[in-house]
Amino acid sequence: MTATSESRSPSVDPTLEEVVETIDRHGNERTSLMHVLRDIQERHRCVSPGAQSLVAEVMGIPRVEVEGFVSFYSFLSEEPWGDIVIRVCDDVPDRMRGFERVLSAFREAVGVEVGRTSADGITLTTTASIGLSDQAPAALVNDVPVTELSTDKVHRIVEALRSHRDPKKLVTLLGDGNNAHPLVRSMVKNNLMHPGPLIFSPVSRGQAIRRATRVSPAEVIRQVKAARLRGRGGAGFPTGMKWEFTRASLGERKFVICNADEGEPGTFKDRVILTERPDRVFSGMTVAGYAIGAQEGIVYLRAEYQYLRAYLEAVLAQRRSDGLLGRDIVGRPGFHFDIRIQMGAGAYVCGEETALIRSCEGRAGEPLNRPPFPAEHGFLGCPTSVNNVETYCCIAKILEEGAAAFNEYGTPESAGTKVLSISGDCLKPGIYEVAFGITLHTMLEMCGAEDARAVQVGGPSGSLVGPTDFHRRICFNDLPTGGSMIVFGPDRDLLSVVYAFAEFFADESCGYCTPCRVGTQLILRYLERLRAGRAEASDIEELRRTARTMKTTSRCGLGSTACNPVLTSMERFPELYAPVDDHPDAYRRSFDLPRAVAEAERLSGRTSRGEHVEQGYHA
Amino acid sequence: MTRKRIATTSLAGCFGCHMSILDIDERFLALADLVEFDRSPIDDIKHISRRCDIGIIEGGCCNEENVETLREFRRNCNVLIALGDCATMGGIPALRNNIPLEQCLLEAYRDGPSVQNPSGLIPNHPELPLLLDKVYPCHEVVRIEYFLPGCPPSAETIWQALVALLEGRQADLPYELIKYD
Ligand SMILES: Cc1cc2nc3c(=O)[nH]c(=O)nc-3n(C[C@H](O)[C@H](O)[C@H](O)COP(=O)(O)O)c2cc1C
Ligand code: SF4
Ligand code: SF4
Repeated sequence: MTATSESRSPSVDPTLEEVVETIDRHGNERTSLMHVLRDIQERHRCVSPGAQSLVAEVMGIPRVEVEGFVSFYSFLSEEPWGDIVIRVCDDVPDRMRGFERVLSAFREAVGVEVGRTSADGITLTTTASIGLSDQAPAALVNDVPVTELSTDKVHRIVEALRSHRDPKKLVTLLGDGNNAHPLVRSMVKNNLMHPGPLIFSPVSRGQAIRRATRVSPAEVIRQVKAARLRGRGGAGFPTGMKWEFTRASLGERKFVICNADEGEPGTFKDRVILTERPDRVFSGMTVAGYAIGAQEGIVYLRAEYQYLRAYLEAVLAQRRSDGLLGRDIVGRPGFHFDIRIQMGAGAYVCGEETALIRSCEGRAGEPLNRPPFPAEHGFLGCPTSVNNVETYCCIAKILEEGAAAFNEYGTPESAGTKVLSISGDCLKPGIYEVAFGITLHTMLEMCGAEDARAVQVGGPSGSLVGPTDFHRRICFNDLPTGGSMIVFGPDRDLLSVVYAFAEFFADESCGYCTPCRVGTQLILRYLERLRAGRAEASDIEELRRTARTMKTTSRCGLGSTACNPVLTSMERFPELYAPVDDHPDAYRRSFDLPRAVAEAERLSGRTSRGEHVEQGYHA
Repeated sequence: MTRKRIATTSLAGCFGCHMSILDIDERFLALADLVEFDRSPIDDIKHISRRCDIGIIEGGCCNEENVETLREFRRNCNVLIALGDCATMGGIPALRNNIPLEQCLLEAYRDGPSVQNPSGLIPNHPELPLLLDKVYPCHEVVRIEYFLPGCPPSAETIWQALVALLEGRQADLPYELIKYD
C-alpha cells in the first residue's frame, strides 16, 4: 500500500503504464495478484472492468479469473468506492454493545444508506468481525480501526473526516503497549487482562533458533512431539506430526505458512500476539523452516490487520539485520529462511488452510478437497505446513525452555496454555492466557461474568453452552476453542444470537458445495419462522435434519461447523425451539397469505379475496 | 372392495404431469377399477364433492386461487401427493422468484421483446387471481405426505407409486424411475 491521498487519481481506470509499473513492483507472477489488485483498489477506489482487462493481459491470466478474484474478496470492488471507506463491524459482541445505534449514527452523519457512497466520497458499509470484540462497537476507516464507538464519537469522527480527510488523524489517544509504536499508532487496546507464563512471557530473541540449530531437524520435531503440542487454530492437530509429514514429503521447495487470518467472530488473540510478541511468532516460523527443510515462510495477514503491517515488516527487517532471518541464520551455514507477508482481502473462509493457500496463489479462496493435505501438496504444489500464530509462539517457547517446562501447564491431552479472547457480557473483556483444563466457571469468575446465561465457546463454529456445562474444562477433549469466548448475560435473547451466527455463515459460505450454500440459507429461513412464532414441529425437525446433513456432507470446515450454533443450542436450550401447534387443517403456519399477496394488492389496487381463501368453499 | 376416491388438480403447472397420468395408457382401465375420480381436469368436476382418499397436485402456488385450491384439497383429502417438480419445488414458474413481481409483470406485458401491447396496460380484471410474491412449492403452503419428482414423473413412476399406495404398501421405485440427470 504505497498510495497516499495526494497521489490518488480521480479516474477509476488506471493507465497501461501504471498497471505495468504496479505489476513490476510486485513481480509478474500469479502469486502477486492480490497485492497488485489491492494497490489498484487503493489508488483508484475500485478494480474497474478496464483495470481487470489490463491486469489480465499484462499478467497473462484469463480475464474471467481476475474478475472472479475481485468479486470473491470483500475488500476489492468493481464499482468505485469513496476515498474513505467506513466498515462498521456487525458482529454479535458489537450488536450487544449498540451496533444498531452506532450504525444509524453513521448513516445520519455520512448521509447515506449502508452500501452507498456520499457525494463527498465517503462509503458506508458493514463487515463481519474485525477482531475488536473486546472494544465493540468498532469500525475500520480505511485501514484505521476506531473502537468503543458511541453516537457522539461517530459524529465527531465523520466531522473530522470531512475536514481533513485523513483517517490516520482520527487517532488522538494511543492504545497501550505496541499499539503506541510509531509504526502502529492505533487507538486499539490490548486489554491483556491475564498474561500467562508461556505466550506472553518475555522473549529472548534468537534463543529458540539457536537451540534448534544445535540439534538435528528430526530432534526438533521430537521435542515438539514430546511437548504434545496441538494446533491452536481450532482443530488441534498435533503439530509435530504435521511437521513430520511435511518433512517427509518430497519437494525442492517447501513452505511454512502462518495463519493470521483470525476470522472467527469473537477471536482477537492473534492480533494481540502479533502486536506484543511478533518476534516469538517469527522465531517459531523459523524453527519450523529448520525442522521441515523450508526456506520460505509466509504470514497470511487478514486485511483487517493492515494497520499492523508496517510494524511487522519492520520487525522482519530487524530480524534480517540481526541474522535471525535470511541466509546462514545464526551463523549456521546453509540454513536460509525468510518470511514475507501476504495480505488477505476480507473472506472468513480463507482461514481454512487449503483456501488460504489458494488465496496466496492468487486465486479465489475456495477450499479444496483433502487429501492431498498441504503437508504433501500445498502452496504451488509444494509441501507446506500451515499453523496458527499462537502455535508458532508455543514452538518458540518449547525450544526456549524445553518440552518439560511447556508440559507443566495444561492437561495430559492438552498441554500448555491457551490464549482466550473474551467478549460480551462481562466486566473485563480482553485477553486471558490460561492453562488448558480450567473450567468455564473459573474463566467466568476471572472475567467478571458469574451470572452468565450462556457462553459461545470457540465462536460461531464452536458450541453454545449453558450453566449446566460451566463445570466443564477448556481443552481439546472437553470444550475445545480456537480462543473465541463470547459471554451472554441473563437477559440475552439467545435465538437472536443463533440467528446472527446463521447470517454470518450464509454470508461467508463460498458457495462451492450445495450442502453449505443451500443449507446456510435454509437454516436462516427456518430460524425466521421460529422467530416469527410460525415454526411447526416438522419445521424444527427439518431444521435439525438440514443442520445434520451440512455437518456430514459439506466440503470444508465452514459448512460442517456452520450448523453448530443450531445443533448445540437445540441440545442445551431446547426451550428456544418450542414449536407452535399444527394447524387443524394441516395448513402450514409458516405460509403467510396476507404477506404473500401484499405486493400484488399494491400493484393492482385490488384487495385479496382473503377471507374467502382462508375459509374455502367447503368449510 | 370399495373403490378409493381420488381428486387431482393442476395449479401453477403446465398440465404435463396430467398428461403423464394419461400416459399409463390401457392401465387407465385397471385404474378405473381401483379408484373413482372426484374433482379433476379429467372429468371436469369443479369442486371436491365428498371426502377423498388421495389428492394429486400438479404445480406449485403462484396466485391466491392456487392457495385456495390447495387448501380445499388439504381439507378434503386424507393424503396429498405432490406430483412433479413444480409441485415439489416450484419448478419452472419459480424462476421468477428472484425477480421483483412488478418487474416480472412489466416484462411479460409491456417490455418483453415479443410483447405487442400498445396500451401498455397490465391485465387487472377482477376475475384474475392476485399473484403471490413468489411461487411456493406445495409443502410450504399445506402439509404434503408424498412427493414424486420428475418433469413430469413418467407414467410408470406414477402407476407404481399409485398402486403401492392403493395397496397400502411402501412404493419401491427402482432408481431408473427417479433419477433425472
Ligand atoms: C472456515 C475455517 C476458518 C478457519 N480460520 C482459521 C483462522 O482464522 N486461523 C487459524 O489459525 N486457523 C483457522 N482455521 C483452521 C485452519 O484450517 C488450520 O487447521 C489451522 O490454521 C492449522 O493450524 P494449527 O494446527 O496451528 O491450529 C479455519 C478453518 C476453517 C474450516
Ligand atoms: S462447505 Fe461452504 S465454504 Fe466450504 S467449500 Fe462448501 S460452500 Fe465453500
Ligand atoms: S413438473 Fe414439468 S410437466 Fe409437471 S407441471 Fe411442472 S413443468 Fe409441467
